Amino acid sequence: MTVRKNQASLTAAEKRSFVDALLELKRTGRYDTFVTTHNAFIMSDTDNGDRVGHRSPSFLPWHRRFLIQFEQALQAIDPTVALPYWDWTADRTASASLWAPGFLGGTGRSRDGQVTEGPFAVDGGRWPVTVTVDGRGFLRRALGSGVAQLPTRAEVDSVLAMPTYDTAPWNSASDGFRNHLEGWRGVNLHNRVHVWVGGQMATGASPNDPVFWLHHAFIDRLWAQWQARHPRSAYLPAGATRNVVSLNDVMRPWNDVTPAEMLDHTKFYTFDTLA
Amino acid sequence: MSQLTRRRALGATATVLTGLVLTGFARTAGASSEPRTAGPKHHTGHAGHAGHEGPQPFSETFQGRRIEGAPSHGDGHHGGYAVQIDGEELHVMQNADSTWVSVINHYETFPTPRAVARAAVIELQGSELVPLA
Repeated sequence: MTVRKNQASLTAAEKRSFVDALLELKRTGRYDTFVTTHNAFIMSDTDNGDRVGHRSPSFLPWHRRFLIQFEQALQAIDPTVALPYWDWTADRTASASLWAPGFLGGTGRSRDGQVTEGPFAVDGGRWPVTVTVDGRGFLRRALGSGVAQLPTRAEVDSVLAMPTYDTAPWNSASDGFRNHLEGWRGVNLHNRVHVWVGGQMATGASPNDPVFWLHHAFIDRLWAQWQARHPRSAYLPAGATRNVVSLNDVMRPWNDVTPAEMLDHTKFYTFDTLA
Repeated sequence: MSQLTRRRALGATATVLTGLVLTGFARTAGASSEPRTAGPKHHTGHAGHAGHEGPQPFSETFQGRRIEGAPSHGDGHHGGYAVQIDGEELHVMQNADSTWVSVINHYETFPTPRAVARAAVIELQGSELVPLA
């Protein structure tokens, strides 16, 4: 069974296995198909039209399925690998071990944002950035530049306390847990972390940065924590709703999976701790 | 094709030449959660009309790049508004609260298409916009 662990508690060997699997997925070209898929949904999910991956109730089950698919691709290379999560309320500075040269590498240099250390630096030759909206073929970051502070534990708790999963109009204007977690309203959790990392993470092609998966694994864990706190709160909407994936609708691009089938993460993986 | 290549080459040069200045600007302007809209004064200040009758067209040179925006007759996914940087389309989207994002700054909202175009110029650091397939 896959156990997703806090990235801060990984052993050096676990970090190496994870990084090696990422590099191999990149080499085969499979990695970039995930970047392409994500960007396609970012550009087509709109507040007043069809919306599946973002700014809608299915933001959480869509990304859960997306991460499971990605994790399975990694496990086809190395079955011991699981996606780690990044608790950015705890590891909240650019000096966290997450950003060490032996793991994800650090922030970008000031001149052009280029990440110059670690396995994903362009000079290593193993992390070409090809699915992108500009001509720059290297991983970029500007940790803490676009916004000064990552969300705090208290801010996370204030969102976890919201009892309603989502509300009409089921988009970036909604009240409720989903949209506050996504960050279009309120204290801003998920969106703010993308902006804090900067570089490709701030764009539609954000999975170009491997930290995308660790960020979303933590968002996914917050959904599981919310479910544990609100056992009588359910995914909404339950009934057919225009432009929106309701509980038993299938989600693009897979067309064979519904939010209902994504509600229980323990069918697919567990966490080191959910406390 | 050769024209595209040449423009990309020029963009790369511009990155080297102006990167320091632009990065410094981004650091300063981006220190808060406020939209990064500091810079040259608006030439046609109709931003206040946004939300009711849609944002006005704009056309200006911002940090050496030509940025333009105008209402379009698309499918509405772009809020019926198109933005270009040096003639290449910047994919933009209007949120339900009438703020804007672009594919370059997708997780941060801006009050007007001009503001989202300027933020993209800062983020691009001189490099060329390339349409995604």
